[in-house]
Amino acid sequence: MALATENPTNLSPETGTGVIGVHGVTKRFPGVIAVNNVSLAFHPGEVHVLLGENGAGKSTLVGILSGLQEPDEGYLTLNGEKTRLASPSASLDAGISTVFQHSMLVPTLTVLENLTLGAPWYERPPRARIAARMEELKREFALSLPLDAITGELSLGQQQQIEIARALLRDSKVLILDEATSMLTPQGAQELGQRMQQLVKSGLAVIFITHKLAEAYRYGNRISVLKQGALAGELGPEELKSMNEEQAVEEIVRLMFGREAGATSTEHRASSAREETVLKVENLSTQGDADVIGLQDISLSLRAGEILGVAGIDGNGQKQLAEALAGQRPLASGRVELDAEDITRASVAQRRLKGLRYLTDDRLEEGSVAAFPISENTVLKDIGQPPFWINGIERPSLIARHARDLITKFSVRTPGETTPIGRLSGGNIQKVLLGRELSGEARVVVFNKPTYGLDLQNIDTSRQRIADIAGRGMGVVLISTDLDELMALSDRIAVMEGGRIRGVVENDGTGEALRLRIGRMMAGEEENRQATE
Amino acid sequence: MGGLLTEAFLSSLFTGAIVAAVPMLLAGLGEQMSEKAGVLNIGIEGMMLMGAYMGFLVAFKTDSLWLGFLGGILGGVLVAIVMAVLCVRLGLNQIVIGIGLTLGVEGLTALLHHFQFSRTYPRLPAPERLNIPGLTDLPVVGPSLFGRHPIVYLALMAVVVLALLYRRTNLGMTLRAAGERPAALDVAGGNVLGVRIFAVLFTGAMAGLGGAYLANIGAGLFIPFMTGGAGFIGIVLAMLARGRPLWVLIGSLIFGAALSMTTALQVAGSNIPTDVIQMLPFAAVMLVLVLFGRRAKLPSALGASYERGAR
Repeated sequence: MALATENPTNLSPETGTGVIGVHGVTKRFPGVIAVNNVSLAFHPGEVHVLLGENGAGKSTLVGILSGLQEPDEGYLTLNGEKTRLASPSASLDAGISTVFQHSMLVPTLTVLENLTLGAPWYERPPRARIAARMEELKREFALSLPLDAITGELSLGQQQQIEIARALLRDSKVLILDEATSMLTPQGAQELGQRMQQLVKSGLAVIFITHKLAEAYRYGNRISVLKQGALAGELGPEELKSMNEEQAVEEIVRLMFGREAGATSTEHRASSAREETVLKVENLSTQGDADVIGLQDISLSLRAGEILGVAGIDGNGQKQLAEALAGQRPLASGRVELDAEDITRASVAQRRLKGLRYLTDDRLEEGSVAAFPISENTVLKDIGQPPFWINGIERPSLIARHARDLITKFSVRTPGETTPIGRLSGGNIQKVLLGRELSGEARVVVFNKPTYGLDLQNIDTSRQRIADIAGRGMGVVLISTDLDELMALSDRIAVMEGGRIRGVVENDGTGEALRLRIGRMMAGEEENRQATE
Repeated sequence: MGGLLTEAFLSSLFTGAIVAAVPMLLAGLGEQMSEKAGVLNIGIEGMMLMGAYMGFLVAFKTDSLWLGFLGGILGGVLVAIVMAVLCVRLGLNQIVIGIGLTLGVEGLTALLHHFQFSRTYPRLPAPERLNIPGLTDLPVVGPSLFGRHPIVYLALMAVVVLALLYRRTNLGMTLRAAGERPAALDVAGGNVLGVRIFAVLFTGAMAGLGGAYLANIGAGLFIPFMTGGAGFIGIVLAMLARGRPLWVLIGSLIFGAALSMTTALQVAGSNIPTDVIQMLPFAAVMLVLVLFGRRAKLPSALGASYERGAR
């Protein structure tokens, strides 16, 4: 099966082409390279884990394999032959079935109907045939489903079983499971792990996408690590077998968070921290729900002139922390102090007035009104307030002058202050928002992923600005998923995982050792959960 | 009031109810399929009017009611093709396009009719009737239930056929999936746009047939704007019916009875003021909406165009 005839850019030479080969695939979306020159091979009889943080390109890769998207560059092979998966049905015909992160079942249809979804319209519903096949699956894989139940009334675990059963009914050769454990209980995840092993024993190739390290080690025969759209490394079956869990996690952490060769050197900023504490957070908690993680018992303190970095894999409560500090998210309990004054109950506007500023990572949706001119966006948070409004009447000339000042001061590249802000590049929007937040008396500035999505030059100037802000005696909370950035700028780094602070480390300039310490804390969930299980 | 329930009154009420109900029934059944598949087909009023115009024209020129019905179907489908291309294929806003189509067809048919017939409104000969010996001679219900044009019975059969189609076939399942979660149908290898286009064209055919019935059987002539909201009532019926064809039938009979009440009461010569009588159909519409408006349950993806992999 493994025809190693053409194998141009494969990272691990022993793999061959496999049942499905990904060859130098690149996919771009406006402003982002989602997948960058990735080559992979998937083999029958293997659970192949694709591991990476949010935004590492896993889901885009799934989209390409399942026919939802086509690569801009590179190609796919099926059993060694070049192929094109132009639509989901082409992908299904090629024997690839996908269980997506979010259920792709129709909740109002019965289980049987969902199993036959996509069948030609002129065929009769094959109830008897499906029922017979389901009996087989029950014997082979212990998959048992109530065929006439309404799908939406079943548990998420059962719904996932429907999707797996659907793949098996189609005699798929490849099964893709995209973040399949995210909706499951730990027990359900374990069952899924066993099921994957059963499936690969019967000759399937399973592609298992996850961002959880321990799962990758436990269920995977082969692990490929993706980082910012590119393949960061791969651990083959032999390598994995020769390691124990600790060594494997160590190696994966190195691949996920380690420094890649050729990255710009991180020069550690000289600290400008002073004695006085400007921001103090005690035992802060927020309510979570199915979509949003809750914060648990967060305590932090920030001195004037200090940069406190907040590290963590995206989606572990960083945004919720920023919103809670800015007053945009109600607290379940806890206390927030600014300059020794209790602001726990202060509104967004009051906090802003007292000098607590928040720069959102969501520049276009939350940070600005895209269709409004730059000038109005610069005073968006001061609507109705003097001097730009007098007795409710807007003073356009004053606002325009204010905006022109800001444009010069922060060197925003724009035709003029009347240009709608949505027409600017990400970096220039960021400058306008920064200028807005720094106007007046700022004491503490919370940055959420300030350089995300910017080009290199803007990243450098943004980082310089953040350092300057701290140098002027303001306290900075810098939330970032970029460890290099945090290590270059922060005095201390707090690591968030699962809505908690897992630890706060001094940025002692120990470089690689510190990086791996932080990386382990970011993956902390596994170490801790194992202890509790 | 006892004198009200005369044979003349009841006979004319039943007859009128059915004559008024059939176009709404056909439109409602058509609309129902579009809505199941996720397309809110507001252009149905236009499709119906085009069906009435073409249906009348063909019947008038060929002296054949059956060819007239065929012409009506063709007229409805023609408008539906525009809707399918713009709303399903290109994903434009269904409400805007639907209203635009309705207004456009209203103007177009009025203009064409004026060109052809100036200010005259020629009539078709009275339609043939299905006569079932014995049944048609029954008092009161006989002529109204068993003496109708065959197309009425075809419409009733469509109710049964559609109910089976939705419940028992892959096509019915595909239609429902396209309206509930098109992405799920797409990744399962189904053809979302294809099944939606089919549904819109079917709506056009049913609305066109309903329009042709309105002109050729109901009135026997074509008058511009003659549908007078029957298509819109079809939309209401489809929404209240929760996807069940039988409920479209029941709803259309209620509306039909309310509409024919006006004529029936005048035939019966009751002493209720005419103003009150003429208000009845509208009161009935309001009553139905108040009573059943909350039971409307619509597919999740209704009104949303589908684009693969949209993020």
